[in-house]
Amino acid sequence: MNGRAYILLLAASVTCAPASAQQRIVDGAGRAVELPTRVERVYAAGPPASMLVFAIAPDKLLGWTRAFRPNEAAFVAPKYGALPELGRLTGRGNTANVEVLLQLKTDLVVDAGSTAETYVSLANRVQQQTGIPYLLLDGRLDAIPASLRTLGRALGEATRGAMLADYVESALKDVKARVAQVKPEDRPRVYYGRGPAGLQTGLAGSINVELLDYLGARNVAAEGRGGLAQVSLEQVLAWDPQVILTTDPNFYAAVWKDARWQGVAAIRSKRVHLAPHLPFGWFDFPPGVNRVLGLYWAGLLLYPQAFPADLRARVAEFHRLFYHQAPTEAQLDALLGEPGVLPR
Amino acid sequence: MSRGTAAYLGALAALAALTALAFAAGRFPVSIVDLLGAFGSKVFGFAYALPENAETVIFRVRGPRVLAALVVGAALAAAGTAYQGMFRNPLVSPDLLGVSTGAALGAVLGIFLSRDVWTIQVFAFAGGLAAVALVYWIGSSVPRHDPLLSLVLTGIVIGTLLGSGIALLKYLADPYNQLPAITYWLLGSLAAVNPADLGAVSLLALAGLLPMLLLRWRMNLLALPDDEARALGVNTTRLRAAVIAAATLMTAAAVAVSGIIGWIGLLVPHAARLLVGPDFGRLLPLAMLLGAAFLLAVDTLCRTVAPIEVPPGVLTAMLGTPFFLWLFAASRRGW
Repeated sequence: MNGRAYILLLAASVTCAPASAQQRIVDGAGRAVELPTRVERVYAAGPPASMLVFAIAPDKLLGWTRAFRPNEAAFVAPKYGALPELGRLTGRGNTANVEVLLQLKTDLVVDAGSTAETYVSLANRVQQQTGIPYLLLDGRLDAIPASLRTLGRALGEATRGAMLADYVESALKDVKARVAQVKPEDRPRVYYGRGPAGLQTGLAGSINVELLDYLGARNVAAEGRGGLAQVSLEQVLAWDPQVILTTDPNFYAAVWKDARWQGVAAIRSKRVHLAPHLPFGWFDFPPGVNRVLGLYWAGLLLYPQAFPADLRARVAEFHRLFYHQAPTEAQLDALLGEPGVLPR
Repeated sequence: MSRGTAAYLGALAALAALTALAFAAGRFPVSIVDLLGAFGSKVFGFAYALPENAETVIFRVRGPRVLAALVVGAALAAAGTAYQGMFRNPLVSPDLLGVSTGAALGAVLGIFLSRDVWTIQVFAFAGGLAAVALVYWIGSSVPRHDPLLSLVLTGIVIGTLLGSGIALLKYLADPYNQLPAITYWLLGSLAAVNPADLGAVSLLALAGLLPMLLLRWRMNLLALPDDEARALGVNTTRLRAAVIAAATLMTAAAVAVSGIIGWIGLLVPHAARLLVGPDFGRLLPLAMLLGAAFLLAVDTLCRTVAPIEVPPGVLTAMLGTPFFLWLFAASRRGW
């Protein structure tokens, strides 16, 4: 190595020194991760993680898992709506390239969701392979406040992280207190119908119906444990749910016209409801902090006596805190006034 | 009583018993009395007060599903029988020329575009027909090759191409929402069948069956080498095109409502051949009876053993394999 290059290298290492100060963060899976104290460029491995990073430090988020469509982008500031699509790194369907992480000069990779062994090993592999610290946060509803605090510290935004965590914590506590007022015999049998035919549902313990579990609802499909499952229409008729929640607009439109469904109690009493989906779905996907709104929405539909009927103020506050932009009156009307979202 | 007659009577009896059982069994409790009352009131017009929802279950949910299982099973078995005879190969199944893969690509595209169920089925049906049309067009315009061989090879390569199209759409689909729907469609299921689906698939299957029945005698000649068949005055090219069109129509219609259910089109024709021999006129009806009975038995199990549905593709192989091996071992008839 010649002298000049050596001096340059030395100079570089000196100027870099403050930035390379380390902090140690214990993530949601109990992994101790060394990361720089100044984290500026964050790659989120999936939509739930994107939402957490975006809520705490939107300017540090490098991009979204999937680019915003125009109707979704309207709910965030234009510069955030225009962030590039970077693909997802974990779970089903890896669409991101590990080299992209390096090319983007990523300081930190964040994933939120399951902390099972599969995801821990994936986090460790990516971290070893790229040398980029990788935080794995617990995505369950109850763990979201802790995840927000951890991420706040990691991003150098501990105060903001704690503020958002407090918000979620008090919302969860409020929901629990409201649910506790509802006597078991006043809880309707509820069926969650997914897919265009409405015949896929979430069994007990599946992340798709975590909301229902949280609300102490009587999910008719909870006699089985597992993830998503296909059921027959006859089985739904046998269950005879009093409330049907769905995320599929095609199913919502078809169920009123389909003669086979007319015998179900929920259809006769007009208690079939379609979850809002902008900019992120309220019910089960993506399974992130967005579901806090879903708790109030589903709570109102299941237990109208125990939950506030007006969601506008809550939606506006949530958007302002987590998406950095309060929705306009027209947007609120569109969100809550879409056919099926609320009882008429 | 000849062995063939015995096979026919046995298959018919099994089919009748299974159909009765399938109507009586299900997750929604309907008593035998109510079932008889419901049919009695429809057929003889006497008044019978059914419990709530029982009528919907019998005539709109379970009934169409039972009949759809019969139609789909028969259609797949008929198409398989025709293909195995025509390609002179016992390892051929009705999706040899890409009909299932084409239908799957159509359905996956429909799900990817978030269309309703009916549109997804139309996409699937059209995809199946288009795939086979493409294979036939390419395969028959390749000069200087054995026509059957070029059809089979084209079918394989186009099938692979369509398969990669499916893989690409799965990759691009929303992993929380669309990917599970695609996976369930590809696993196959009769859970969502409604009366309109049943009507459509029955009409299309019948339209495919008719030419096969009319051509049943000439079908035997397709098993001969082409020059011999021509010497007997058969235009093999036209006959083959007609049989492919008929079998494709049946398979595409079946796959559009049921998703991909393997095994039946491949192995039921063998079972029938072991019982009555290779004559197409005798073979086709028995294969259809066996296919219908087999899929009905499988689907009845699928919808009754657990609150959630069991994918029929899993059970067809689990039940079909031991049955087929037993039949194979017990039979002394050659091909």
